[in-house]
Amino acid sequence: MKAVRYYGKEDIRVEQVPDPVLLNPRDAIVKISATAICGSDLHIYGGYIPTMESGDILGHEFMGEVVEVGRENHSLKVGDRVVVPFTIACGRCYFCKEGLWSLCDNSNPNAWMVEKLTGYSGSGLFGYSHMYGGYPGGQAEYARVPFADVGPIKVPDSLTDEQVLFLSDIFPTGYMAAENCSIRPGDTIAVWGCGPVGQFAIKSAYLLGAERVIAIDRFPERLALAESQGKAEILDYTRVDVLDALRAMTGGQGPDACIDAVGLEAHGTTLDAWYDRAKTSMYLATDRPHALRQAISACRKGGTVSIPGVYGGWLDKFPLGAAFAKGLTLKMGQTHMHKYLPGLLARIEAGQIDPSYIITHRVTLDDAPAMYRTFREKRDQCIKVVMRPD
Amino acid sequence: MWVAAASAPLLYRGVTGEWPHFVSELLPSDDTKVALGGSRGIHVREAVRLEKPIADVYRFWRRLENLPQFMAHLESVTQDSNGTSHWIAKGPAGLRVEWDAEIINDVPNKTLGWRSLPGSDVVTAGSVNFDEVRGGRSTQLTVHLQYAPPAGSAGAFVASLFGRAPSQTIREDLRFFKQILEAGEVAQASLPSAEATR
Repeated sequence: MKAVRYYGKEDIRVEQVPDPVLLNPRDAIVKISATAICGSDLHIYGGYIPTMESGDILGHEFMGEVVEVGRENHSLKVGDRVVVPFTIACGRCYFCKEGLWSLCDNSNPNAWMVEKLTGYSGSGLFGYSHMYGGYPGGQAEYARVPFADVGPIKVPDSLTDEQVLFLSDIFPTGYMAAENCSIRPGDTIAVWGCGPVGQFAIKSAYLLGAERVIAIDRFPERLALAESQGKAEILDYTRVDVLDALRAMTGGQGPDACIDAVGLEAHGTTLDAWYDRAKTSMYLATDRPHALRQAISACRKGGTVSIPGVYGGWLDKFPLGAAFAKGLTLKMGQTHMHKYLPGLLARIEAGQIDPSYIITHRVTLDDAPAMYRTFREKRDQCIKVVMRPD
Repeated sequence: MWVAAASAPLLYRGVTGEWPHFVSELLPSDDTKVALGGSRGIHVREAVRLEKPIADVYRFWRRLENLPQFMAHLESVTQDSNGTSHWIAKGPAGLRVEWDAEIINDVPNKTLGWRSLPGSDVVTAGSVNFDEVRGGRSTQLTVHLQYAPPAGSAGAFVASLFGRAPSQTIREDLRFFKQILEAGEVAQASLPSAEATR
């Protein structure tokens, strides 16, 4: 089959590889109909994610048709149309039972690697380094899906691929980011980053009862989408002082909750952002937490900072003192995908949201190397790339 | 007679979680205890929690034939009707070592202890404790495994079974154990891409 493979920093190739096979009793094989490039794939592309190996198949946002089912998988049958969550979870350990699906104990065969860094390991992930399992990803014609009796969600034929594809990651991720804000009627939510996760965080904040959402970015097309589709008030951080603006917009109080949908590769125009850039370029720090610092500074007393943006390592100049002084709640982590899928599919079916509005580029797998570059450099007003295998 | 005496320290450990220091002095004629009482050899103590009823966890472990499913250093264990068992360990380059062992302590759903029979090439003992945790919703299993260093090449072989970090080796074994019981399978990632290029 054809697959998108990683060969090193900014080096990905489309090549022929053997088709995946069933390995475990609860597996399924999915013939992929649509797959997407995620902002977090760009962290891999940029060389920020350790334990990637030459030849690894990328991609964790995919859907398709079940073509093979393991003998202990009693939930799926050949022909089912499914969306596959990017986190792999067994459904039976303490964490899965508690609804903390992305922290599954049993799905990462290389948990020991993560334990060295973080103490304990989260779940395995598709196409996201050997530290997180070394599972081949979904930017391919086929994928093997472990624990497929509890992961993939069946989708009705009445919905198109583009309407349901983002259930695989970014819609639930944006939704959990908003849910983590414990929104009450009347609340104002500020969102850093108007990429796909930020866009869905904006939408979700309104779905969960926010009165106002303020979106922060610098790319005109992303701000425009947040304004037109998301109904957010927008701030271009290259033109205004974000902290001053948020203070003024909230009567001197600050947003009730702040969402960092940017993560470890933040850009910025202030001194700390340049400092981060210098340190990471010299490998003195791993992450550039400019957006997170600003979110903590901006948040009102007693508010919540929610972090769907991915962080990988050690942060420098992290304003924990400000978070403490203001009594903030910080919530973060990989999305507990399985918990959100049924409810969010129901919202799509009910017409409350059509997630396809963020798609800007529709291409085939062969275009992947070019599209990674376009997406990374945000050229051609690129916000979301969907690829078809044919 | 000596079997009962020898099981006392293991039972003691089963209750307190510690090995009594007097073991080797108390039983100077007991080869196993003397061999295992020193500071050399392999001494590993690891624990794991599972979302399974304690009876299921005990039953799976009590069937010693199951151990090679998750203990990487074992090739097979076979039990006979009189309570002794034959163990075969495998190491690098297809080398094997074999010994016989007996169950010396068996309190269902609480503790299980075994040790090699006198005269074995490999002197070893192990015990497992089963405890209810989280108000009985989860089960915690604690393994204590000991291998004494035999003389000569057999000693080097036993050391090689567990690599440079025996605790890590057993921790990985227990991870497999947990996956088999909880998830019904051991997580693995196929790597067709890597194989294709190498």
